[in-house]
Amino acid sequence: MASKNNIGPRRLVVGAHYGVKDWLAQRVTAIVMAVYTIVLLVAFLGAQEFSYEGWAGLFAKQWFKLFSLVTFLGLFYHAWVGIRDIWMDYVKSAGLRLFLMLLTIFWLLACAAWTVQILWSV
Amino acid sequence: MSEAVKDAAKKGRPEFRNIGIGDITGKYRMPPSAIVSILHRISGAALFLMLPFLLYLLQQSLRSEISFAHFAGIVDNVFVKIILLGLSWAYLHHFTAGIRHLFMDNHFALDKDAAQSTARWVLVIGLALTALVGLKMFGVF
Repeated sequence: MASKNNIGPRRLVVGAHYGVKDWLAQRVTAIVMAVYTIVLLVAFLGAQEFSYEGWAGLFAKQWFKLFSLVTFLGLFYHAWVGIRDIWMDYVKSAGLRLFLMLLTIFWLLACAAWTVQILWSV
Repeated sequence: MSEAVKDAAKKGRPEFRNIGIGDITGKYRMPPSAIVSILHRISGAALFLMLPFLLYLLQQSLRSEISFAHFAGIVDNVFVKIILLGLSWAYLHHFTAGIRHLFMDNHFALDKDAAQSTARWVLVIGLALTALVGLKMFGVF
């Protein structure tokens, strides 16, 4: 009975979940971004001459568009966790903190939409 | 209670307050790990704020050959180059400090000496990669 509905002395005590979930998400997105960074760094540092053909040619490939989109979406989630932590650490007024968090979300959503537009413009 | 005891209690009590920004910047010596940590936060916040600028540059560099020429013109400006070099450092420091974080999450280099030594390496590697990008940006190679 106790194990069935988790009520009793050994029940699971859980919160709102965004602690460990966001902690893990920040790490996973970091790994994706690190791989993407190395690909870009090699492309940038290895290029003989930084030209439109080479640069746009890389972004014109479908696999790179998708890799870029996944990385950027990961980046925005990663930034959300980090900036939210900054607001939680330094902004004590609940109202102002909520306002700043909403502003952060709108900012990042706008950036995400813009990224889609940019990636599929080439 | 006698007067003497009351006075001693008033005067002699040490007062402990939470540390403030003045203590951190002036009073305490920040170990390398603390410097890496605060720079990780500052670089992250700076990159977040500069996202629209970076996305704008990406857009100009990709849309067409004409916009690429426009992008090249913007980036050719020495002042813009310096800003981009600063942002490159922010990104690369955040990158190297993040990799250190991932190792520490997996219980590598957690003791005092190892943690300070990896923090020093993060500072050095972040700056070295930035120098590499800078040399490329100013056309050295």
